[in-house]
Amino acid sequence: MMCPREPISRRQFLWGALKAGVLAFCGAALYPILRYLTPPRGSEASVSSTVAGKVGELAANSAKIFRFGNRPGLLVNTPDGQLKAFSAVCTHLNCTVQYGAENSVIWCACHNGKFDLNGQVISGPPPRPLEAYQVNIRGEDIVVSKAS
Amino acid sequence: MSSKRLRDFLCARYELGALKAMVSHKTVPHHRHSFWYYWGGVTLLLIGIQIASGVLLLLYYRPSAQEAFASVRFIMTKVQFGWLVRSVHAWAANLAIFSAMVHLASVFFLKAYRPPRELTWVTGVCLLFLLMGFGFTGYLLPWNTLAFFATKVGTEIAGIVPGVGPVMQVFLRGGSDVGDVTLTRFFWLHIMILPLGLMGLMGLHVLMVQLQGMSQPLSVREERTIPFFPNFFLRDLVAWAMVLGVVLSVSVYWPATLGEQADPFGPTPAGIEPEWYFLWMFQTLKLFPGHILGIEGELIAVGLTGVAGLALMLVPWWDRPAREGKSHWLVTVAGIIGLAYVIGMTGYAVWIGRHP
Amino acid sequence: MNAQQRGITRIGAVLSMAVMLPSVAVAADSCVECHKQWESGSSDPTQVIDQDVHFQRGLSCADCHGGDPKATEAEAAMDKAQGFLGRPARQDIPQLCARCHAEPTYMRKYNPNLPTDQYAKYLTSQHGKRNSQGDSDVAVCTSCHQAHGIRSKKDPFSPVYAANIPGTCAECHSNAALMDRHGLPVNQHWDYAQSVHGQALLVRGDRGAPHCASCHGSHEASKPGTIAIGNVCAQCHGLTRDLFAKSPHKAAHDALGLPECEVCHGNHLIKKPTDDMLGTGSGAVCISCHEPGSKGYQSAQQMRETIEQLKAQILNGEAVVKQAAELGMDMGDAEYALHDANTKLTQTRTYVHAFSPEAMQAPAQEGLHGAQQAEQEGKNAIHEFQFRRQGLWLTLLILILLVGGLLLVIREMESPPKSRR
Repeated sequence: MMCPREPISRRQFLWGALKAGVLAFCGAALYPILRYLTPPRGSEASVSSTVAGKVGELAANSAKIFRFGNRPGLLVNTPDGQLKAFSAVCTHLNCTVQYGAENSVIWCACHNGKFDLNGQVISGPPPRPLEAYQVNIRGEDIVVSKAS
Repeated sequence: MSSKRLRDFLCARYELGALKAMVSHKTVPHHRHSFWYYWGGVTLLLIGIQIASGVLLLLYYRPSAQEAFASVRFIMTKVQFGWLVRSVHAWAANLAIFSAMVHLASVFFLKAYRPPRELTWVTGVCLLFLLMGFGFTGYLLPWNTLAFFATKVGTEIAGIVPGVGPVMQVFLRGGSDVGDVTLTRFFWLHIMILPLGLMGLMGLHVLMVQLQGMSQPLSVREERTIPFFPNFFLRDLVAWAMVLGVVLSVSVYWPATLGEQADPFGPTPAGIEPEWYFLWMFQTLKLFPGHILGIEGELIAVGLTGVAGLALMLVPWWDRPAREGKSHWLVTVAGIIGLAYVIGMTGYAVWIGRHP
Repeated sequence: MNAQQRGITRIGAVLSMAVMLPSVAVAADSCVECHKQWESGSSDPTQVIDQDVHFQRGLSCADCHGGDPKATEAEAAMDKAQGFLGRPARQDIPQLCARCHAEPTYMRKYNPNLPTDQYAKYLTSQHGKRNSQGDSDVAVCTSCHQAHGIRSKKDPFSPVYAANIPGTCAECHSNAALMDRHGLPVNQHWDYAQSVHGQALLVRGDRGAPHCASCHGSHEASKPGTIAIGNVCAQCHGLTRDLFAKSPHKAAHDALGLPECEVCHGNHLIKKPTDDMLGTGSGAVCISCHEPGSKGYQSAQQMRETIEQLKAQILNGEAVVKQAAELGMDMGDAEYALHDANTKLTQTRTYVHAFSPEAMQAPAQEGLHGAQQAEQEGKNAIHEFQFRRQGLWLTLLILILLVGGLLLVIREMESPPKSRR
């Protein structure tokens, strides 16, 4: 009936349980730390300035959409090689604008609103110019920031 | 058993016997005020959490005005459990200062600073000031609007101190105004200079406690004690586990927020407030009249705060009755008034903040 | 006349005035001097003349009315023999203004950018045609620009400032007695003010929004006419018009002699288009031509479904993302994707004007994809949030067990030896 092995004392059992508890807690603490140390996916996002691209990435008379906070921005390399950046949110109905290389204008596919390379409205329904951003070169990066 | 073999290995090489004997002979008084003995240990644990979480934050944080905010945001949103690490760091910082204050108050009222423990008290008070320094410098590091302007105001106050004030202000700011350089300096202070001071002082403080043991309050007559190990140590563990639970719970349910990125050229937003442990000083400054007897009110307020700090540090020397093992009611009343003032002013500042 | 002579004349004028009315101030123009004495109403000529662009550039009363502003006596100043015109006849006003405003060499001295074809255009307008027939009801220059105190059209107080134009036209076109005489309706201004354009211009102050003259012309004001209406709208809504022009509707409208945009959107009362206008429901404009069972009827149904499907998916995504954001999760990526999906929804709505269900598919599918992605990210975030709390409770459970164990150990250790066996 009785267990033939030497019975463990209450005290030994408690100490054992305690050690197990401490180990369990260490595990619970270690898990988030290990996850924290794993390099995260994706790059940093900041609201007031962001790296929009690399120098030399854009040919003259071309443009790219970059992410600026929660909204898209448009980085344009003008036909004469000047870098300009604007909010890519059309002032008419918030569509994302794009660059039309054939006539060097920024245009919105939703209602064919057109903006010149200073963000001013050329034609179409947009009521206001596009918000312009500052462009700076930092090393290899093209840094776009909100004009302050 | 491998742990036994390790023990044998070490014992053969180092005189661990003395250490073991010291630990096993160490006792802790056991009486109705024993509860207050745990706050030092709790502060120690919280500082340990700060070191661990701080080291983790360093992995992704970038100390520059351009990147600081974005990198903290990155930690909060992109890094796995980054939100937890930052929240724990923010919460444990506040709790560490709170528990250090409780520890200080309990030591004061139980008169544990009596000889031969004067230096333990002095190092303890210095440690509290250091923790406040950690709070002040750490507050700026996320580079958000609130922190930026609070730092502006805080360093402004430092400049009031006659003589060394302007020099200290320029030293803290790294220039005439708060900016990119200030962030670098605060970062330097927060992760290098203050930690070095903390390690030294804390080592000294804990060593002195170990050498002299815990003080028995004057009002306790019986001489009951319990062994430090394992009886008191296990109780310490209970307190630590509970504090850990509190830190984790508040960090998950009320995670640290980030706010808006600081704009050095933007207008000062309404409701700029320092951390809660500076509120009482902040409120004193606000309430002080512009001029008293031809001296600038701010100067007097800063001077009085300095005098209060010095008086606090020198308690073991001016409380003469305690040196002779007697308790004087005047000292206790002074302590109560001081405590009531700090609590009252903090409460008033919070109330004013909510009802402008 | 040299400066000295002019000075003497001035002194003479002042002296002669001083004899009559002692309070007169010094000024060069005796017309203004004298007329000010009895013109005290806030819109009287001498009260508003200071704001007049002509007066500000050195022209005086006499340049329109004739007479001699240097004469000190009323009879001499307003001598018909000396060319004083008096009040010009209403019918003659356009011609009077055109003396200068149709003269390019003269106008260039003052404002090189100002066109000089207003009079020519006016003659082609309904106003101009009827004016030359002797109809005194119609607008002449002063009806819109005022007679005295004429301001630049860029001046916000000018009646021809963009935001003021609808009100200026309405002064006559909302006058029932006047319009009745010509069999014209009076509800245009009311309709316009309710319209999407009127709201943009009059309520939001968006000066890019069209006013009466944007479609009807100003000096050449007339009805656009059935053929021109598409071109009028295309001034701003170019892409929509292009899609329409390539659509099967173009030929159908032409064959039936129907205007383009107006058939569905109306003219003055152009409301912000709703999705209800599309499809086969009660508010749908499609069913006024397309019979149930016809191909067009089915297409209308299909196009509406495409839009509804995209809208529903975006709403789903937004709801989930909002829920996650309220839980304190960062939803930057998902909000970005939703913004993109909304762009595609707007684009899909524009492509309705190609009137073929296939043309809408490309933007609609991209929008659907973006909204689904946002919804998934929102769900992941909510899941993550729950995971955080579960993780906390698991950790707390371990801590509670640890505390319980510690307390048991302490009790066991410190209990009197007799209870230990």
